[in-house]
Amino acid sequence: MRAVEPWVVAPLRAFVAESSARLALLMTSSGQVVAQHGFVGALDLMSVAALGAGIVASSSELAVTVGWEPFRVVAHQGKEQAHFLAWFDTPRGRWIALVVFGSETKLGLVRVFFEQLVEDLAAAAPPEEEPRREVLAADFERELNASLRALFGR
Amino acid sequence: MTSQFQAMLDGLTRLRGVRGALVVSLEDGLVVAESVMGGLKGGALAAIGATLAGRAVELSGRGGFGRPRFLHLQGDDGALLVAPGHDLALVALAGRDVPIGMLRLEMLRTAERLG
Repeated sequence: MRAVEPWVVAPLRAFVAESSARLALLMTSSGQVVAQHGFVGALDLMSVAALGAGIVASSSELAVTVGWEPFRVVAHQGKEQAHFLAWFDTPRGRWIALVVFGSETKLGLVRVFFEQLVEDLAAAAPPEEEPRREVLAADFERELNASLRALFGR
Repeated sequence: MTSQFQAMLDGLTRLRGVRGALVVSLEDGLVVAESVMGGLKGGALAAIGATLAGRAVELSGRGGFGRPRFLHLQGDDGALLVAPGHDLALVALAGRDVPIGMLRLEMLRTAERLG
C-alpha cells in the first residue's frame, strides 16, 4: 500500500483488510491519486484514476441534468469482479474511492466498510498547516514525480 | 413486491425480542426490504447476513450435505438468524433471552414464501 499523504494509510489498510478489496484507489475529484493498494504499474494507476474521476463527473452531470442529486455511488457488476466508485467529502476536499473486488466479498460489505473508511479518514485528517497555493507549471512535473515515487516506491 | 416483503417482515418484528428483520439479496448483500429498530444499521446486517449465508452455502456444498436451510449465530447479547433461499435470504436480529424456536419456525415459513 502506498500513499502520498501518510495519514491515509491506516484507514485505507483497515478498509482493504475488512472489505477484502483486491484493488483500492483514493483520489481527488480531479483524478490526482492520494493513495493506492494493489496497483503495480504507474500507467495503469493514472489511467484508472482519470477514468474513475471521469465516470463520477459524467454520472453526476447526468443526475443534475435530469434534476436529481448527484449519484454518490456507481457500482459496475462484472462476472469475475466488480467496481465500486463513490465520492465523499473530506477535510481536504472532495475525494473519490475506486474499489475493485471479487467473489470473496459482496457489494453490501464494501459499502458498509466504505462508510467506516469515510469516518476514519475524517477523524485521521490533520489540520491543514498552510493555505492551498496555486499549482504552477514549473512545479507540476516535480510534484508528479514525487507522487509517483510515493505511490510506487521508485 | 416490496410491500409484500414488508408485510412478511412486520410479521416477524411483531414477535417479542426481535430487533430487526430484512430481506437481503444473496448475490450482493444489499437490502431488498427491511423492518429494523432505530439505531440498527440495516445495510450492515444485510451484508453480514448475506456473507454468512454465502460462506455456509459454500461450506455445506463442499461437505456434501445439501443447501443450508437455517443459520443461527448466537452471541452474548443476541442472535443473528438467517434463512437462505435461492436468490434472497431472510435475516433477523434477536435480543438476548428470546424464544428462538418460535422465531425460527416463523422465519422458515416466511422464507418459503420468498422462494
